[in-house]
Amino acid sequence: MFGDYSLGDLGSIFVMQGFAGLILFSVYVLMALGLAIIFGQMGVINMAHGEFMILGAYVTWMTSNFFQSYLPSLFSGYFFLAMILAFVASGALGMLVEWVLIRHLYKRPLDTLLATWGLSLILQQAYRSVFGAREVGVELPQWMLGSLHVSDSIEVPINGVFVMCLTVLITVAVAYVMYKSRWGRQVRAVVQNRIMAGAVGINTEKVDRYTFGLGCGIAGVAGSAFTMIGSTGPTSGQLYIVDTFLVVVFGGAASLIGTIASAFSISQTQSTLEFFLSGSMAKVLTLLAVVGILMLRPQGLFALKVRK
Amino acid sequence: MTDNRFFNRSELIGILLLAVFLVVILPLTLDVFRLNLVAKYLTYAFVALGLVVCWGYGGILSLGQGVFFGLGGYCMAMFLKLEASSVENTKIQSTPGIPDFMDWNQITSLPLFWKPFNSLTFTIAAIILVPGIFAWIIGTAMFKRRVGGTYFAIITQAVAAILTILIVGQQGYTGGINGMTDLRTLKGWDIRPDHAKVVLYFFEVGCLFVCIMIAQFIRHSKLGRILVAMREKEDRVRFSGYSVANFKIFAFCIAAIFAAIGGAMFALNVGFMSPSFVGIVPSIEMVIYTAVGGRLSILGAVYGTLLVNFAKTSLSETFPELWLFGLGGLFIAVVLAFPNGLAGIWGDYVQPRIDGLISSRKPKPAGWTEGSVADGAPAE
Repeated sequence: MFGDYSLGDLGSIFVMQGFAGLILFSVYVLMALGLAIIFGQMGVINMAHGEFMILGAYVTWMTSNFFQSYLPSLFSGYFFLAMILAFVASGALGMLVEWVLIRHLYKRPLDTLLATWGLSLILQQAYRSVFGAREVGVELPQWMLGSLHVSDSIEVPINGVFVMCLTVLITVAVAYVMYKSRWGRQVRAVVQNRIMAGAVGINTEKVDRYTFGLGCGIAGVAGSAFTMIGSTGPTSGQLYIVDTFLVVVFGGAASLIGTIASAFSISQTQSTLEFFLSGSMAKVLTLLAVVGILMLRPQGLFALKVRK
Repeated sequence: MTDNRFFNRSELIGILLLAVFLVVILPLTLDVFRLNLVAKYLTYAFVALGLVVCWGYGGILSLGQGVFFGLGGYCMAMFLKLEASSVENTKIQSTPGIPDFMDWNQITSLPLFWKPFNSLTFTIAAIILVPGIFAWIIGTAMFKRRVGGTYFAIITQAVAAILTILIVGQQGYTGGINGMTDLRTLKGWDIRPDHAKVVLYFFEVGCLFVCIMIAQFIRHSKLGRILVAMREKEDRVRFSGYSVANFKIFAFCIAAIFAAIGGAMFALNVGFMSPSFVGIVPSIEMVIYTAVGGRLSILGAVYGTLLVNFAKTSLSETFPELWLFGLGGLFIAVVLAFPNGLAGIWGDYVQPRIDGLISSRKPKPAGWTEGSVADGAPAE
């Protein structure tokens, strides 16, 4: 299958596909980060995670429309405000959901799965009723259009680069919050030993609520970033949810580095295969490989050793 | 082993009532179109029944039952499709004698894995064995390594996603997104006219009762007790010397085979099979049938399936927007308020009243205990 291409072409193909893979990687990482916090740290399966992401995307879309009609002079910078709004909206909804639904189900993880699936159906229909069934696209500001010429045969789109920078930034921020801040220490303490954490004076219920909110908020930011590279419909979130869960499980549920490593390997495999096979077969092979490896190594790539 | 009966008295009455409902009342009151609709719903009841064994008793939640439903359905559909694609039926194609979708996809000869499906015996064996072996492979890989709970649910979900993408992608071999349509005859007997649909309905109800009996047997045997014990305290069962993994694999395989029978019935009764019954969304919907009926109740699974599907058909006909809100609300309500579903409501509220009415007229029989009524209650 390599015979038809010269060596230089092949190099360019790998770079371009590698770059396409990097964009996919960014989306996976952004979605998986929130999930790694909610699923990895709290053990809650949030099937509505994709819908929280889509909420962020819709918030971004509304902000961009608002700026277009009322503040056209500031349009080039709307995205930064949109991202904050997306974080707040998704995070607030997440905290509400935790308070109404999730906190009653911490001891029944499989039931959480069903309940959040129900929630995702409700949210999907709500989006459909409010925003319509058609996919919406965000108009990008001028500076994000176009592409960078790296060499004669290689170009990379600016919005892709932007999303990647954003991913790096958010990942660093999350890592800082989880591993360096006082609050992150509390979260990890609650995860490792809930009773002891409560005994030393940590308000575990509050920590749960904010952790869940943070995970959902990051999903909102992911959705916001997602609008830069694709359009948004009521069911877009569902397309990514299984992939994202696989990313988190494959990486080792409680490990942030594992999540990033697995997002990288899965997205690169898929986008490289996509060039040589049809899109669907690339996806099938990638997922099969992931499931196969998980059967051999159920704890994922980077397992955290915790005494149970 | 003194108590190794198939069912106690109230279960026997329940099964007889269901039999009267399905065999006498529904065929007499519904027209053929509606009866065929019930037949379609009942195919999901097989899946729900399997989930009662696997999820309710064994505590293993599989979100990939659509995979087995699909495998069973596709096995049956492949046989029916081959019969419908005889040379004289397909003489307008560029290659007569192969299914129409293959011809559209420039495939000129029957693929090797299709050939055995010319035989009905092989097909029936495949309906049981293909999903059974597949479930055994997944189960062995997962349970032997003590992967369970949420991880297992996610992996089964991924398997459902993989199979759907594969079926849709390999259009030439599977019929793609449209699935296998235009199924006509079974060994020369036309399955499309009304009288055939009625016969198929009764055949399906017969199969359903066989499966119910198998589930009843499992529930009342030592095996069923070990499954429940495993769900409650896996380690204690393991330390008592039982191979937990093997029991889990067994429960999962039974659920897979039930689902596959349901899928085969679907292909027969509804006359087509498509990937829209394989993926993640239908798989999770099948779980909700069980949850609504009561995850511990064998008969509840059948009633739950019928109820949710009737609600779906009537709601989505009249208020298509409301249906998803309703379904989503149902998921949340069942989980939060009624974890044991309809059977739980029946056992908690209705049954005691009926018993109260009966026992006020005649004295309680000796050895009668409260606990023996409630399904799955930690009695004895």
